[in-house]
Amino acid sequence: MLSIIIQLFITFFKIGLFGFGGGYAMLSMIQYEVVEAHKWLSVKEFTDIVAISQSTPGPIAINSATYIGYTATDGNIWGSVVATFAVCLPSIIIMLIICRFFLAFRKNKYLSAALSGMTPAAIGLIAAAALMLMNNNNFTDYKSVIICIISFVLAYFFKIGIVKIIFLAGIFGYILF
Amino acid sequence: MKQYLDLFISFFKIGTFTLGGGYVMIPLIEKEVVSKQKWINNDEFTEMLTLAQSAPGPIAINTAVFVGYKIKGTKGMIATVLGTVIPSFTIIMLVAIFFTGLENNPIVERIFCGIRPAVVALIAVPVVNMLKNNGFKIHVIAITAVSAISVWLLGISPVIVIMIAGLCAIIYNTFISKQC
Repeated sequence: MLSIIIQLFITFFKIGLFGFGGGYAMLSMIQYEVVEAHKWLSVKEFTDIVAISQSTPGPIAINSATYIGYTATDGNIWGSVVATFAVCLPSIIIMLIICRFFLAFRKNKYLSAALSGMTPAAIGLIAAAALMLMNNNNFTDYKSVIICIISFVLAYFFKIGIVKIIFLAGIFGYILF
Repeated sequence: MKQYLDLFISFFKIGTFTLGGGYVMIPLIEKEVVSKQKWINNDEFTEMLTLAQSAPGPIAINTAVFVGYKIKGTKGMIATVLGTVIPSFTIIMLVAIFFTGLENNPIVERIFCGIRPAVVALIAVPVVNMLKNNGFKIHVIAITAVSAISVWLLGISPVIVIMIAGLCAIIYNTFISKQC
């Protein structure tokens, strides 16, 4: 049990430390570590957690850390506490350093150069998260494809809220499958 | 003591009422921190956002650390971070406890069969939006595509991808475009 908790700490610290570009960009990192590397969750379970995170308040990284901490330890609340703390810790350390040396950071040309490359890479990571979830676990047949396309159109063109789309998709899933 | 409590309550509200993560939280954070409590002014808020978005980690946590530390030092920072984390933590704990017993229920499984493809679409939407905000510049699209393929098809760790992207950008700006 202790070794899982230590692994959770290291994994979520890493996710927090390299999670540039906010929640969605962190998803591919969480998936890489939790599904591919540690096999704490299956792709299906991971997608379910993303759905739950999107329909509950709060940052996605915190939500996933709390949930995965609980399930990876077979229902131990300390797993959640450690994973959540670990994912926040790099933010706390780095933001405190930034606060102290506010001006130096804002004007540092190497840092802004690095960020000019990291920002588009972070967009790529979000795309990767979507692409990795496009597999036959989540897409059972043509009905899944239709739900995916309709959801995209509703969210992108009609600016319908995330919770409403997830709610509708759930109803359609219940009727169609 | 009252100020710590105010900080905690403001960020507790931010953590409770924002669905969908970081970018959705920004207007609410602005309302609480700038308009209502007047802890920082508008210019500081804009600068803080740039920093919170450039630093790694959830934007909401980065903002909480910045505001809490700026107003009341380390203890203020603890108040704001706890305020942001506690609502999501509590809600997800409840979901985890109840959902783990339900996930093999056939009705729940059918509902999630519908939700899973929608989740994929909802992750794809910010990608298109962010490319649009960048004016669909060709080099941005190229870097996005390369990093997506590296993680998706080549199975390279996202951590490595982010580090290489930063490094390449420094090398490019220093030696090729000579902006550094």
